[in-house]
Amino acid sequence: MAETITPVKEAAVENIRLRHHFATPAQQMDAATLGMWTFLITEVLFFGGMFASYAVYRNLYLGAFASTSEYMNVVLGGTNTAVLICSSLTMVLAVRAAQLSNRRHTMLFLVLTMIFGTAFLVIKGVEYHAKWVEHLVPGFNFHYPIPQFQQHAQILFFLYFMMTGMHALHMIVGLGLLTYLLVQAYRRVFNANYFAPVEMIGLYWHFVDIVWIFLFPLLYLIGHRK
Amino acid sequence: MSAGLLHVHIPKVRTLVLVWLALICLTGLTTGASYVDLGWMNIVVALLIAVSKASLVAWIFMGVRNTTTLTKLFVVAGLVWLGIMILITFSDYSSRTWTYQAQPWATNPAGGTSR
Amino acid sequence: MATIAQGTPEIAAQEVNYLNVEHGWKSWLFTTDHKRIAILYLISITLMFFVGGFMAVLFRINLLEPEGIFSAETYNRLFSMHGIIMVFFFLVPSIPATLANFLIPIMVGAKDLAFPRVNLLSWYIYVIGAFLTMYAVIRGGVDTGWTFYAPYSSTYSNSYVLAAAFGVFTAGFSSILTGLNFIVTVHKMRAPGMSWSRLPLFVWSNYATGLIQVLGTPVLAIVLLLLAFERIAHVGIFDPNIGGDPILFQHLFWFYSHPAVYIMILPGMGVISEIVSCFSRKRVFGYNFVAFSSMAIAVLSFVVWGHHMFLTGQSVYTSIAFSFLSMMVAVPSAIKVFNWTATMYKGSVSFDTPMLYAFGFIGLFTIGGLTGLHLATLGTDIALHGTYFIVAHFHYVMVGGMVMAFMGGLHFWWPKMTGRMYPEAWSKFAALIVFIGFNLTFFPQFILGYMGMPRRYHAYPPEFQALNVLSTAGASILGIGYLIPMVYLIWSLKNGPKAGPNPWGAAGLEWQIQSPPTTFNFDETPIVTEEAYNYGPLEEVVG
Ligand code: HEM
Ligand SMILES: [Cu+2]
Repeated sequence: MAETITPVKEAAVENIRLRHHFATPAQQMDAATLGMWTFLITEVLFFGGMFASYAVYRNLYLGAFASTSEYMNVVLGGTNTAVLICSSLTMVLAVRAAQLSNRRHTMLFLVLTMIFGTAFLVIKGVEYHAKWVEHLVPGFNFHYPIPQFQQHAQILFFLYFMMTGMHALHMIVGLGLLTYLLVQAYRRVFNANYFAPVEMIGLYWHFVDIVWIFLFPLLYLIGHRK
Repeated sequence: MSAGLLHVHIPKVRTLVLVWLALICLTGLTTGASYVDLGWMNIVVALLIAVSKASLVAWIFMGVRNTTTLTKLFVVAGLVWLGIMILITFSDYSSRTWTYQAQPWATNPAGGTSR
Repeated sequence: MATIAQGTPEIAAQEVNYLNVEHGWKSWLFTTDHKRIAILYLISITLMFFVGGFMAVLFRINLLEPEGIFSAETYNRLFSMHGIIMVFFFLVPSIPATLANFLIPIMVGAKDLAFPRVNLLSWYIYVIGAFLTMYAVIRGGVDTGWTFYAPYSSTYSNSYVLAAAFGVFTAGFSSILTGLNFIVTVHKMRAPGMSWSRLPLFVWSNYATGLIQVLGTPVLAIVLLLLAFERIAHVGIFDPNIGGDPILFQHLFWFYSHPAVYIMILPGMGVISEIVSCFSRKRVFGYNFVAFSSMAIAVLSFVVWGHHMFLTGQSVYTSIAFSFLSMMVAVPSAIKVFNWTATMYKGSVSFDTPMLYAFGFIGLFTIGGLTGLHLATLGTDIALHGTYFIVAHFHYVMVGGMVMAFMGGLHFWWPKMTGRMYPEAWSKFAALIVFIGFNLTFFPQFILGYMGMPRRYHAYPPEFQALNVLSTAGASILGIGYLIPMVYLIWSLKNGPKAGPNPWGAAGLEWQIQSPPTTFNFDETPIVTEEAYNYGPLEEVVG
């Protein structure tokens, strides 16, 4: 650490928004990065609890779980996967533009990311609505067409709503954060020396994408289809 | 850049687009694979594809490849802990029947959950 | 231990410090100064401690009579709320959010934690969680025990499970944020020359605690959320009647909650290392082992959770593995005890109040830890599970260990935090009262448990009455032992003699700055050139 010390005054000239308790911009950036990754680890374990439950019940009730694939909309799920992947691309391009002090591109790609994110949520909403119509919402109106699987399929749908719901909640938070970034970018806050918020929120966004990458096969593609 | 300033790694657009393409293809692949009956291998294939997709996102999009060893260590630790939770919990479920089938006296006469 | 680049702090008549630099409630509620946030936390957890303690008083009174004084229903709610408040709202944040929050930035030579605003946020989250839980208390409480076992909690209990569970859920996030802040601070905010091998052991143990908080707490959050949804919507995730598996709840719950018991002891161990070294005037024996044992505990604590589930229908093979691994986790704990003892050996030991608490900790934690081994042994746990033996075991580690360490640390750093000394005689007297009261309360419970008295019942067979009365008597002494410090510590704020920067002649960066410190702790970033605990052989330093 010792060798990375630059006096605060010298660095402060360059619009780097160094907070008072850090010695150098590099220290501030390192701290932010490590903090964000640590936060993402907590997210891994948060979702992990649901994945563990999923794994246990899938193992116990494989038949019932496989039967639910019938009622999952692979087209919409697959489309959503693609939409999220696109949003990840635009997100990483937004970070890149910020690193290059390209304000216009930063804003453009942030807006694109938000459009993809919103599209995802709309599609998800359509799916949720369909589940409601088909009486597949656990606890409220669950009538499974295959009577002997009624209980165990309900567990899968409960996990489905918990996991995708938590994921959607993270998307909504992400959209809020992106809005904040957009405003900041508009105000010319970011430049090649200061882009930590774009990068950190980018990490968050990609993480949410990764969660979906696992949710899609685990929830939509359990049973083998013909 | 002087000491203490940021070290920035700017990715190439080409790399990013290629990764995106790979991710889209893998999504197609995983969907396609679910239409082929591989028995218990279906889940293995699905998970393998998901893990490779996630690794691509983490390695390139999230820039793990350019981060410090410490960050890499943290990422690995997070995954190892997830593994600990799932594997040890699973060890219980998968070894319960060993006793219960072999030892008739150990079954619960009241029924309980069936497993 | 280290040299500060520019001069020693001057003790002027009107010196500016973090307490008097700004005034008014806004300067407290919107502060980002880690020291002020530590004080906010200290006040909040003390309030919660007395709420939890009050419930303990009530149910100990109930146990004076074999047939009980309150109804079974009331009794269940009392001990449950006691457990929930004490574990999640006092013990988990106790040392990390107060002493460590105050000290870690100073000990590593930084101006603040890495994320000061997140630190403040964590306090607000804690307060929201506390209010939710107090709401549950006021509405009539929860009767599930602090463990919230499903399906009782999700289906059958008609108490205020949801409010309390959301309270705990919320408080969990404050714990996560504290841990995250410590981890990043220790990695990224160390002053030049402050290498890992020069960190005070208190920092090491809180770093290890931070890892547990970050890796474990999210799982508690999700399991409580699943529980809440099962309770609201009656979907069978844990209730076996509707297809769920109650043991899954316990797996996820204990995946957090066993490591959490180490959240509730590791910071205390750190405090004891500091105190023992200072009052023996010796470097901690086997520094590397003590530091490494904290990390070993953090890791191993995640692979033993099944020892709480030996009697649940968990697979016997898994139980055997858990039993074995639980034995392993005792090893690093023992290393620490041996090293503290060795530190005192041939040291010039003095018996100031913090040291009295440290002695208490070492003895009582040893008893608690060793009885943990009885419980981790598959065969004996079958007899002891669900008895008062468990209650005695965990109170020896949690109260005899952590609360003792908390009190010891509070007395040790009180002069630093407030700039004042407390009355010596009273504080020694109180330490003695706490020790006596504690043992009188909880030792009989080992015997009761051994004789087979089950925990969590409002009534018991008459032959257990004598020991229960003894325990209640002890509890009243213990209660007085906690009230006395409340009085003289508050008294000392105005009337205590000025402490000066280093009343104990202790090593460590925190003792080289003024008491109370200034807002940014150091005028100049310190440059560390020495090991921790550099107590010279014949050093005679008095602040
Ligand atoms: C030295 C290592 C330790 C071992 C081997 C150990 C072992 C155990 C075991 C096996 C149990 C379960 C007993 C049963 O329910 O049948 C238990 C319970 C408990 N232990 Fe420990 N323990 C240790 C240290 C600690 C520490 C340091 C703490 C807290 C600071 C602690 C807190 C608890 C608590 C709170 C319970 C009761 C949980 C409940 O409400 O059921 N233990 N311990
Ligand atoms: Cu345990």
